[in-house]
Amino acid sequence: MSQEQGVATTEIAGNITGQTLNEFLTFQLGSEEYGMDILKVQEIRGYDSITQIANAPEFIKGVVNLRGIIVPIIDMRIKFKLGNAEYDQFTVVIILNVSGRVMGIVVDGVSDVISLDMDQMRATPEFGSVIDTEYIMGLGTVEERMLILIDIEKLMGSTDMGLIDQVVN
Amino acid sequence: MSSDLEQFYEVFFEESSELLAEMEACLLGLDVNSPDMEDMNAIFRAAHSIKGGAGTFGFTDMTEMTHMLETLLDKLRKGELEVRSEMIDAFLKAGDVIKDQLAGHRGDGEADPAAAVAVCEELSKFSEEVSGAAEMPAVEVKVSAESAPPVAKLTEDNVSISTTERTVFLIEFPNSELNEKVRSNLLSNLSEMGQLEKLVFGETESRSKLRLITDSTEENVWEVLAFVVDPTNLIIEIEALTKDSASMQLSADKLAVGADESELEEPYGFFPDAPGNTTKPYGFFPGSPAAPADTKDDEVKPGNCKVSINNKNTSSARVSTNFAETSSIRVSIEKVDQMINLVGELVITQAMLAQTASEVDPVVFEKLLSGLNQLERNTRDLQESVMSIRMLPISFVFSRFPRVVRDLASKLNKQIELKQVGEGTELDKGLIEKIADPLTHLIRNSLDHGVEMPDVRIAAGKPAQGTITLRAFHQGGSIVIEVGDDGAGLNREKILAKAKERGLPVHDGMPDSEVWMLIFEAGFSTAAVVTDVSGRGVGMDVVKRNISAMGGRVEIESALGIGTRISVRLPLTLAILDGLSVGVGDQMFIVPLTYIIESLQPTAKDIKSVSGRGRVVQVRGEYLPVVALHEVFNLRPISEEIHDGILVILEAEGHKAAMLVDTLIGQHQVVIKSLESNYRRVQGVSGATIMGDGKVALILDTAALVTSSYKESV
Repeated sequence: MSQEQGVATTEIAGNITGQTLNEFLTFQLGSEEYGMDILKVQEIRGYDSITQIANAPEFIKGVVNLRGIIVPIIDMRIKFKLGNAEYDQFTVVIILNVSGRVMGIVVDGVSDVISLDMDQMRATPEFGSVIDTEYIMGLGTVEERMLILIDIEKLMGSTDMGLIDQVVN
Repeated sequence: MSSDLEQFYEVFFEESSELLAEMEACLLGLDVNSPDMEDMNAIFRAAHSIKGGAGTFGFTDMTEMTHMLETLLDKLRKGELEVRSEMIDAFLKAGDVIKDQLAGHRGDGEADPAAAVAVCEELSKFSEEVSGAAEMPAVEVKVSAESAPPVAKLTEDNVSISTTERTVFLIEFPNSELNEKVRSNLLSNLSEMGQLEKLVFGETESRSKLRLITDSTEENVWEVLAFVVDPTNLIIEIEALTKDSASMQLSADKLAVGADESELEEPYGFFPDAPGNTTKPYGFFPGSPAAPADTKDDEVKPGNCKVSINNKNTSSARVSTNFAETSSIRVSIEKVDQMINLVGELVITQAMLAQTASEVDPVVFEKLLSGLNQLERNTRDLQESVMSIRMLPISFVFSRFPRVVRDLASKLNKQIELKQVGEGTELDKGLIEKIADPLTHLIRNSLDHGVEMPDVRIAAGKPAQGTITLRAFHQGGSIVIEVGDDGAGLNREKILAKAKERGLPVHDGMPDSEVWMLIFEAGFSTAAVVTDVSGRGVGMDVVKRNISAMGGRVEIESALGIGTRISVRLPLTLAILDGLSVGVGDQMFIVPLTYIIESLQPTAKDIKSVSGRGRVVQVRGEYLPVVALHEVFNLRPISEEIHDGILVILEAEGHKAAMLVDTLIGQHQVVIKSLESNYRRVQGVSGATIMGDGKVALILDTAALVTSSYKESV
């Protein structure tokens, strides 16, 4: 899977124009706008009572009951130090299904679903960022907006998220 | 090979495995002194069916082996030879060889031809013996038949009838299903049975018709065919019919050709006396052989791949076996688990509704509330019945032990009787699979170390034959399985001496129960010699570990010279846990009830500190390390003072510890959910569960908490 994505990234870098690559769900973290592959999204729900997990990193808020499955919740705002981690009725949890695992991420809001053509996507410039550029697939441009396209699968599977036992990696 | 044939292979392999298991069970149950004719016939039938199938598929090694078996069995059955226990041993060995051969043909493993030859020789040696007392057993059989219930007697009558009479069978089946090889095999098999006449036979014909004149029973003919021909399409008739019914059958056959797909669920043979049966248009059910009510002795049973020799009086017995065959279905375990999960969800939703409903005005919403009450009852019932799907009787495990005991006892030259009590006790399928190994170890241990040699037993004034008792029963929410023997019992001095030698922390004043637990220590063995049965000190340690992993406990009772009893206590299912919910700060945790000894509210003077850091509490003369749950999980407790909280005394893996919590909330049965399926392992937590209000609560890994407290404080 990651290999496929690798191929996709090189294609973006090569700026192959033409067909629609993918549909992206866009969401906000602080003032920045992000996008991720819509196919990885299972559902979107509100933020409700969460059971804390002992000795977990601060950005792992705990676990919730999603219709009988125990699902960990990660606050992306804390993880990426973007925006204020406040929880109100507008706080949104995106439930993801990546490589067979279900998890939720807390974001400031979900805006829309957009399709991006190849020529709307730019390769990631090299710069220091809170998100390792390794996890950024590219930058998307829609009119005046700029979307940071995250490779959510790679990010969630990474060791610094601590979601998966090291042995699995 | 054509894929068509492979499909039949699968059927054959499966049926043969079942037949072999049946045969073994019958053999083990056979009383050598007064063999039950029913059992002998069952064994014979099983061997014969395997032979028929093997012959059809050209597995000659299996055919030879089963043929030898059959020859000997036939002689036993007819009373020409007397059953001896060596024969049963030989039969069991032969069964093993066939099992290996079957596995070989299946593609997993190789059968050892040498073993087959050895068993064959043994069998033929037995069958060559000419019994001098040929008439003796015949008399015995008669006696037993008279005292046996009427059903058994009648069946015997049937056998004798069918072996003396020659019957003419008309066999009809569609051609399209068979390839050349199968067909020729089939023909040669049938012609071996008697005089075979091809009425319609050839590749161009859509259906083959054969006439077979044989002294075999209808059952045998059916068995030869059933492996290769789809039973729903197979028609076997007996020509000796009255004119009326024969003509009716003809019309039924005509109808049958058209609709082959539908299957007859209920054999008509259930109601042989029912009026009007004969006038029903059987042709709607093509599998049905149009059994006329006035057939003298024989009746074909459709649907169940079996033909039974049946007359009106034996039909009641047949009905019961047929019900057993049709009253169960095979469902994949995932489907069942999914259902259990869904019902679990339903229960939670129902609890949520009930909680919300408790806030509304009962007068205004009277109907709603009564509806909710009903929902509650229905959900509970549903949950119970769904849970019971996964439950299986423990006889699934117990059934393998007679063989284990038999083999091992003869190897060790001991005389041992295995008693089983409570085989019907049910427990979760997952546990059934896991409990088999530990139980085998316990039984082997009892056999080897528990029960003494016959001469020692007689010298001690005990009967030469030792008894091992396997007992299973429910107690509270758990199942208890006991392995008891009337052997020598555990030797306290020997165990203590051995423990001291190994440097284990023991003293002479230890209570018996603690001394006995020493035998579960890794590498602990008092056996002077290491045999291939036991003595290396590995088994018991593994037993203890496996059982703890299942959430169970092991207890030993023993008296020197009288015997030993090892009890294994397990929760009924792996999916449900009895737990005590405790509160720390604003969080709730579940502590598995099996680890809790007691809960108490400490006073300030009970708490002592050791070297300024570690705290211990004095409980009934013992100093136990205190594990403050809020410290382990970095939570803010309601009060920092120990005497404001509650201490829960836990015991795991032989260590005790006192866990400090803020409050005790209540006792629940909780459904265990995995935390690791979507997250990773969390230190101190073994799983999670969903409480009645839909919130997640973590289940504490008590064993880890207790042992970690020891590592820190000791």
